[in-house]
Amino acid sequence: MQRKRTLAQQDMLVGFALILPSFLIILGISLQPILTTLYLSLFEVPRGINLQNTFIGLGNYISLLSEPIFWSSIGRTFYFTVISVGIELVLGLAIAQLIHAHPPGWQFLRTSLIIPWAVPTIVNGTMWRWIYNADYGALNGLLFQLGLIDKYIPWLTKPDVAMNLVILADIWHSVPFIALILQAALATLPADLEEAAAVDGATYFQYFWFIRLPLLRPAILVALIIRTVEAFRAFDIIYVITNGGPANGTVTISYLTYLEMFTFGHAGRGSALSFLISLVTLTLAFIYIRMLYRPEEKQ
Amino acid sequence: MKSIRSMLFALIAIVLIASIVGCQPKQAAGPATIRVLTMEQAGPTVDEMNAIVAEFNEANPDIKVEIEYVAYDALHDKITTAMASNPPAYDVFLADDIWYAEFAKSGYVLDVTDRISKDTHDKIFAAAWDITTVSGKAYGMPWLLDEMYFFYNEDLLKQAGFDTPPATWEELIAQAKVMKEKGIVEYPMVWSWGQYEAAICDWVVLLYGNGGSLVDDKGAPAFNNETGVKTLNWMVQTIDDGYTNPASVSYVEEDVRNVFSQGKAAFAVNWNYMYDLVNFNTEESQVTGKIKMSLIPAFEGSGVKSASINGSMGFSVAATSANPDAAWKYVEFLTSESIQNKYSAHLLPMWSTSFEGENLTKLQGYTPANAVTVPMFNEQFPFAHVRPKVPYYPEASKSLQLALQEALTKQKTPEQALNDAAAKWVELAK
Repeated sequence: MQRKRTLAQQDMLVGFALILPSFLIILGISLQPILTTLYLSLFEVPRGINLQNTFIGLGNYISLLSEPIFWSSIGRTFYFTVISVGIELVLGLAIAQLIHAHPPGWQFLRTSLIIPWAVPTIVNGTMWRWIYNADYGALNGLLFQLGLIDKYIPWLTKPDVAMNLVILADIWHSVPFIALILQAALATLPADLEEAAAVDGATYFQYFWFIRLPLLRPAILVALIIRTVEAFRAFDIIYVITNGGPANGTVTISYLTYLEMFTFGHAGRGSALSFLISLVTLTLAFIYIRMLYRPEEKQ
Repeated sequence: MKSIRSMLFALIAIVLIASIVGCQPKQAAGPATIRVLTMEQAGPTVDEMNAIVAEFNEANPDIKVEIEYVAYDALHDKITTAMASNPPAYDVFLADDIWYAEFAKSGYVLDVTDRISKDTHDKIFAAAWDITTVSGKAYGMPWLLDEMYFFYNEDLLKQAGFDTPPATWEELIAQAKVMKEKGIVEYPMVWSWGQYEAAICDWVVLLYGNGGSLVDDKGAPAFNNETGVKTLNWMVQTIDDGYTNPASVSYVEEDVRNVFSQGKAAFAVNWNYMYDLVNFNTEESQVTGKIKMSLIPAFEGSGVKSASINGSMGFSVAATSANPDAAWKYVEFLTSESIQNKYSAHLLPMWSTSFEGENLTKLQGYTPANAVTVPMFNEQFPFAHVRPKVPYYPEASKSLQLALQEALTKQKTPEQALNDAAAKWVELAK
């Protein structure tokens, strides 16, 4: 029996056909690996050619969740994420406003901002490892020349200091990203709002807090989603600057995953960790997206 | 709605099939390309390795060798990742002594026992064959016959009023004390105690130099006894007293070389390659001509004269390589006696025949460094110790690295840290 499709159904078919190619690609490069990871995480996977995997159910998850190193890594990951993204947001907003005010040389500032962002993370990490070197690094050289220290400080030899220095390197790399997004958003804000606020006698702070910041909210949220997810998965910068040391002081959850997966050859445990990371980042993205779309629904 | 759902399932099926089909190996045409993975660290320079590749490619037009370099600390993980694909991303790789047990168990390295002639076998040091041999089978050619050596800056020693290098660590501390008092050098010693394998190497030198050992006869951990604690305490104490550069806790061998090359340390323990680079490379060293080597000191009352670590490596063919014969040909060329003699400035040949009679005189003359490093090798090598050959070595090593770091950064006492690591070793052996 032939049934005639309604116009809406035809539209839907065309729409489906149009998204089909990108949908296929997303399935292939994103969903399939995640499903494979989930599958592998339920097995004990010995490393080697032609070896059999053993199904152990949630065994990998249970043993990981019972290990102190898992929880200390999670703690360090949250510390890394909150501190680095927090400072990046404040600095990024300040720089965006500075550029927006068009001081002399603002175009130069905007262009040079791209440089730290354009440097690959691994190169950035290598550069900071040199900067932090206690005996021939630029940081000690600078502080010594300025007379702020009277002897060189071995920067990367204390776990908490090393963590904060890795965060500093990450901030240097990522602030420009947030600054550029916010600067672009600022440029689209209507100028008449500022004039109206000035006519009504609003102070700059009032204007910033009650008008500019709420209008920037969607842009801030986009920057936050991307940066939080990135920071949560931070690996390469740590690998290069500290290799997880000193005394595991910079072992984040991604670094732990790398150790389990590649160094120790526990593909099952590594997959379980990867899947947990995916869950957390998906949750974060979900929360942000809900927050992001709320104002539009109200309109 | 139902049709959309079934289409979705069909899509997923297509993607899965496509991904399986896409994984089928492809056979390359033309000259066989052999991809080689090696390291740029503590051994021959990249220029030297590239020159060997160029020589081989010229002599073998049917084979094209492509070589890649990584840092030592990335090498193990890069190999195991490369071996996950079929054919593997590399046909030939450099493997460390401590990985052979794991690689042989995993089936990553080609069994080459039958490819090695009796003549070749007899002309190479037995200690070198031990590196690539697991359960009586040879899994590669030994290469980089190396151990750690003791280096001192003679200039700084003379300024402090000493004519001879220290024979014991106690004597070294006494000399370091004078150097500090006279303001000659702020931190007389620099070590590679970062959270890397390098820390284990330094620890073996000190532990065995104190009469201790990593494992006992049965392979059980033996480093968490009184000797181990005493040795680790000594390390912590030298940082507290300012005899060891405190940045050592974040350093690897290259950092040690850089600090030593600036004349900012009087004593260091490092691999063979450092001698040539600090003494003859004016671009990278400010102390050329001032560096001497002597037997690594030991602790007084330990009954030990000296202790070093055997840091030798080997070149192996990937078991799943598409061109095992061509790959083996390159390994044979790279490890041949003539190539090893020619490029001996930063690594010594593992051919025992290179150290005999006329050949020894020749070997000492190949490069300016060899005149010193070759006799020093003969003197130090009898004291070189090997790390345990176990399939779980990377994980065992990481736990011991952590223990050393926890003690050095005062997160735990040496005793507690070493006990925790020993417990981990016992658990891994189960």
